[in-house]
Amino acid sequence: MVQTRSLIDEQGLRTDGRTIDELRNVKIQVGMVKNADGSAYIEFGKNRIIAAVYGPREVHPKHMAQPDRCVLRCRYHMSPFSTDTRKNPAPSRREVEISKVMREALEPALMLEDYPRAAIDVFVEVLQADGGSRCAGITAASVALADAGINMRDIVPACAAGKVDGKIVLDINDVEDKEGSADMPLAYMPHLERVTLLQLDGILNQEEFNECLDKALQGCKMIYEIQRKALIQKYFGDEQELKEES
Amino acid sequence: MQEIKRKYVVPGDRIIDGNFRPLSNVTKSGNSIFATRIGIAEATRDGIKVIPLSGVYIPRVNDIVIGKIIDHSSLSWQVDISSCFSAHLPAQDVFGRDFSPARDDMNKQLAIGDLVTARIMAFDRTRDPMLTIQDKDLGRIPRGEFLKISATRVPRLIGKRGSMIQTIEQATQTRILIGQNGIVVVSGRNADGTQLAIRAIRMVEEEAHTSNLTQRIKTLLNVPEPQPTETLSEVSEPEGQKLNGTHEPEEQVSQELEKGDKE
Repeated sequence: MVQTRSLIDEQGLRTDGRTIDELRNVKIQVGMVKNADGSAYIEFGKNRIIAAVYGPREVHPKHMAQPDRCVLRCRYHMSPFSTDTRKNPAPSRREVEISKVMREALEPALMLEDYPRAAIDVFVEVLQADGGSRCAGITAASVALADAGINMRDIVPACAAGKVDGKIVLDINDVEDKEGSADMPLAYMPHLERVTLLQLDGILNQEEFNECLDKALQGCKMIYEIQRKALIQKYFGDEQELKEES
Repeated sequence: MQEIKRKYVVPGDRIIDGNFRPLSNVTKSGNSIFATRIGIAEATRDGIKVIPLSGVYIPRVNDIVIGKIIDHSSLSWQVDISSCFSAHLPAQDVFGRDFSPARDDMNKQLAIGDLVTARIMAFDRTRDPMLTIQDKDLGRIPRGEFLKISATRVPRLIGKRGSMIQTIEQATQTRILIGQNGIVVVSGRNADGTQLAIRAIRMVEEEAHTSNLTQRIKTLLNVPEPQPTETLSEVSEPEGQKLNGTHEPEEQVSQELEKGDKE
């Protein structure tokens, strides 16, 4: 590939002015969609994503219901105006895949056996896309699931790391994703210390892979703190600790 | 048993280490207890539990719920109890043992669209909940305004020993029925009182987690502040410090959980 510009400048800053282990700005707002049982809106760099959760609710069509556990259904969708050239709103191959990996990333965190014969629907709508939207989607969806009051073992933050200009960097943005040499999204449950999603697009050697994994894990932990704060903010306001009455 | 401080938790938070019994909305893993819902963790003599602050209604046996008749077969009514399971009310429960689908007209007793107050007789997650209306104060609701609130707000709406709901009922001259599933039916003599009661209920739902809520409800309802009416002072006696606004509302929720099915 012909590189038209360098993605990391002499000062070690990236195209958007970040250092190599800096996240983009992440902002999460809980309870945006009043009709849903739980919802979250995330701004992850230039990503703008809404996640809405419905359920547990009755399964339609009925034959999809599982007698011993709940069915989790995920839909990742990019709106036609989310990219610079219009995106056809019909689900593409990529969206079907992301819906699936998203479901698999969230499933281990949910206690689906608590709601047999029911279904939980997770809708993730990308309003504006900027690289790393699957990670941002998983991050928002798990906050929305917690907001919906579904029994969860843990919250799932997700974050990518990758290789750009021969360096391992945290949180790949759109340009780095297209022009860089590797992109590795990771979803991770911080309390259980389990990885629920690991994909890798590009080539890394063993050492680079380990570094990339460590970096993405660090990113997930940072994002977890933001998720936690957003939830506490919605439910308990500014008060972070419960005051004991005298 | 060692007392833990009550604290705010989100799913996955470790509440306490040690040999404690997990009650509701917690999971035990190794030697620690973790929260599975957003809410307030607390330790009681029996074990550790989390009082959830969000979530849909999951039926429990002996809960009093309000449901809407949506359909009937020849042997039972199907009742929507705003949960992920629709409930069944067997016709024999209404007509008695000698019910005969050929002789008795089910529509005469309960028509589609009727609201009923019912108790959950049986529910075990493998089958849909079964209802009964054979009890005092159960059965068809003849009239009233219907509204839905989150099931997690029901204990807050009832208040400590029913204080909140009695305050609203007396100030607005209404009768308020509350189901554990979050369905509320308000009936009153005049429309103004009913509307005011609905506004108060909505306010409780929206601001359930804030402190000093009773005070603001009283302001909304124009309840005379220093000397409440005699009956009122009698019921609200135990929450004396509540009037001073020094309490934590969450603490209240916890104590009310057991009394939730008061109505």
